[in-house]
Amino acid sequence: MGIHVIKMPDIGEGIAEVELVAWHVQVGDMVGEDQILADVMTDKATVEIPSSVAGKVLSLGGAVGQVMAVGSEVIRIEVEGAGNYKSELPPAPVNSAQAATNSVASVVAVEPAKAVAIGAASAPISAPAPAPVQPALQATAARTTKAPVALVRAPGDKPIASPAVRRQAWDLGIELQFVPGTGTAGRITHEDVQAYAARASQSQAAGAVDQRYAQRLDEQTVPVIGLRRKIAQKMQEAKRRIPHFTYVEEVDMTELEALRAQLNARHGKARGRLTVLPFLVRAVVLAVREHPQINARYDDEAAVTTRFGAVHLGIATQTEGGLMVPVVRHAETMDLWATAAEVLRLAEAARSGKATRDELSGSTITITSLGALGGIVTTPVINHPEVAIVGINRMVERPMIRNGAVVARQMMNLSSSFDHRVVDGLHAAEFVQRIRGYLESPATLFVE
Amino acid sequence: MDIQHTTLLIIGGGPGGYVAAIRAAQLGIATTLVEGETLGGTCLNIGCIPSKALIHAADAYHQAHHFMGDSTLGIHVESARIDIAQTVRWKDGIVARLTGGVGALLKKHGVKVVRGWAHIVDGKTVDVTLDKSVAQPMRIQGEHLLLATGSLELGLPGMPFGGRVISSTRALSPDSIPKKLVVVGGGYIGLELGLVYRKLGADVTVVEARSSILPLYDEELTKPVATSLRKLGVQVHLGSKVQGLNVAGDAVRVLDGAGRESELAADQVLVAIGRVPHTHGWGLEKLMLAMQGRALKVDDQCRTSMHNVWAIGDLTGEPMLAHRAMAQGEMVAEIISGKRRHFAPAAIAAVCFTDPEVVVVGQTPADAAKAGLDCISAHFPFAANGRAMTLEAADGFVRVVARRDNHRIVGWQAVGAGVSELSTAFSHSIEMGACLEDVAGTIHAHPTLGEAVQEAALRALGHALHV
Repeated sequence: MGIHVIKMPDIGEGIAEVELVAWHVQVGDMVGEDQILADVMTDKATVEIPSSVAGKVLSLGGAVGQVMAVGSEVIRIEVEGAGNYKSELPPAPVNSAQAATNSVASVVAVEPAKAVAIGAASAPISAPAPAPVQPALQATAARTTKAPVALVRAPGDKPIASPAVRRQAWDLGIELQFVPGTGTAGRITHEDVQAYAARASQSQAAGAVDQRYAQRLDEQTVPVIGLRRKIAQKMQEAKRRIPHFTYVEEVDMTELEALRAQLNARHGKARGRLTVLPFLVRAVVLAVREHPQINARYDDEAAVTTRFGAVHLGIATQTEGGLMVPVVRHAETMDLWATAAEVLRLAEAARSGKATRDELSGSTITITSLGALGGIVTTPVINHPEVAIVGINRMVERPMIRNGAVVARQMMNLSSSFDHRVVDGLHAAEFVQRIRGYLESPATLFVE
Repeated sequence: MDIQHTTLLIIGGGPGGYVAAIRAAQLGIATTLVEGETLGGTCLNIGCIPSKALIHAADAYHQAHHFMGDSTLGIHVESARIDIAQTVRWKDGIVARLTGGVGALLKKHGVKVVRGWAHIVDGKTVDVTLDKSVAQPMRIQGEHLLLATGSLELGLPGMPFGGRVISSTRALSPDSIPKKLVVVGGGYIGLELGLVYRKLGADVTVVEARSSILPLYDEELTKPVATSLRKLGVQVHLGSKVQGLNVAGDAVRVLDGAGRESELAADQVLVAIGRVPHTHGWGLEKLMLAMQGRALKVDDQCRTSMHNVWAIGDLTGEPMLAHRAMAQGEMVAEIISGKRRHFAPAAIAAVCFTDPEVVVVGQTPADAAKAGLDCISAHFPFAANGRAMTLEAADGFVRVVARRDNHRIVGWQAVGAGVSELSTAFSHSIEMGACLEDVAGTIHAHPTLGEAVQEAALRALGHALHV
């Protein structure tokens, strides 16, 4: 019997670290060749780590949420034959009775010498890291003692109080589920009940506590991990590096809406219904031909902008986990229906977590839309290192004056942000006006 | 008709009803309690107390019997003999003392006890038939009506009680010990009484329809009991259904899991397949109260669906335990007196007085997993406990279940001789919201069985000292 160590593979594109987002195996499990062991997340894509060998899982190299360097140990598997791991120390004994049911965090604690501390992503991984991963318990305990405010229970958790405290609360007409517990493990003490009663009587001088206006002291700590952390980093990066300016213009969509209705009536069944988005995509594709500096990526460290002939359009998409930007590659090659189908496919892939890394990177310009929630004006954040983003606001019927008469028109604002370092206001304005022209006279979208 | 008036009218003088009455009277509520039989209900008369008395007598006899052979203790007796009639008289004496005590307590607190069978007229009115000979019943009206009529033994449809087929009530007052006893039902009642009869000399066979004895508990808990049954020579047929008596009426027809039918010869058949809420025969249906299955539906203050009609104890369903009924009774009295109360125990202990005893308080590891709790559990065997060895009772263990994140204890289970007394510590730690560290950091007296409690907590924390 030998030990085979699987290391974090190089996922490519110069990625040095990935975040562990899920384990599919536990210590003690038997795994087969090619069985998926874990999911890791790069930029925004989730990648599966398969097993290259068959055997029994001895230890897991990290906890969910941990950032791991490429080349660090992912898992240790007991295999037939020699394996690929040699050590003068015998492998740490695995307490099978407990380890099998333990969470990842405490499994890691079994082998602290090989574990990587959470957050110590930049530490050299090849050297044994001295700091063992804190078992979940200790981490919780530390947080509890530090936090001045009492823990409020998770939804569904019963309040924990001794019978005497329960009785005191009932006597005071206090429902225990609203009382934060400062005791060990969130126990509610006599003092907690008294403090709650005192606050209640302060905020509600007369009579019983009115829950509608009850003072709330609960706090919820939500770890920013996984996709949320990626989004936070990207947004911070974009806003820190790019001096944004936003240009808003209104567009008369009446004719385009008429055309869209016709096309949907004629082809909707066979080719699928069109939204406004494919038209806008086409308008952007055409507009950037005349304004190539808009369809570009700016590498500010190298002081180079790269203008692209191809239009790889990022489509900002809301998923359960957060904002993702799948990319319609070579939008310039697609007609309205091909665009619509591709947008739909990518949105579904992103929402189901199936989108590949390729489908989530490489955009040259981005469109963002909140549909019916689009508002009047937005200030979109540029998808760094691109230099422009086009935002769609809500379409609404408004009274407009045409030829001296008030008429109802379908109006929609476009709110677009640009990187002012490389895009001048005039060019941005011309670019948006170009798009407006295409949308207001939709025939021009097809007559070139 | 002459109508008596009271504030609280309680139907049923069992543990729930009489405790409610005492507490209500303490709080100055005019209280009338109606009971047709002896005070104390199932618990004192035909349940908890008499069964424990017989278990004690059977154990003592069994021990004496054991001393007739080779005893490791060096004790030898020439012969052991039991006068079952005297045993029953002794047991009846205890019951009489306790039920008499309840009567005295009620009297002392000024509760008016009416002897007779209550029949509901409406949500505030009850007719009490004092005696069949008196044509005119007594009518009592109360502002509050508390229903505490308990539960009844469940019989088998194909095998009604009578003749050789006896209920637990009959089994608790034996004239003689049958040669062959078949016990239908491998729950705690069947096993407790089956063991009594076995120790008193009967050949006992237990037939259980489900796949294990004490079906509500996990295998780790029931295994020591199964081993003990085997050692004592109690036959156990699991996964077997009772079909009824044979034509001659001297054997029980049993269908096993494979569909084979066999006959178990029986001088007596004890049917102990459970209890059902006592909801019929006293006019309850007139109130058309909301039900939950066969039990009366109550909220966390024991209110029924009718204003000022309350229900407690077995009538309100599982768990059918005297200590639950008492706690509910006390609470209802306090609510009626104007206090704000809820029935919100963190745990209710359940004890099987089998040999060895089984205690379950709070969540088992399986319960916790089902509830989605990430828990650790650890057990400490009595084999490593000095006191257990000196009692010749080294079988069994104490098990603790606690949350992994904050170590709060959510359950205790134990199997072993005398572990019923540990239920006090178990319930207390759970009600107080104790963590493993609280129990581990409490000095437990040496040498006691209770040390296993501390050691189980220590073991869950990864540093047991004696194992």
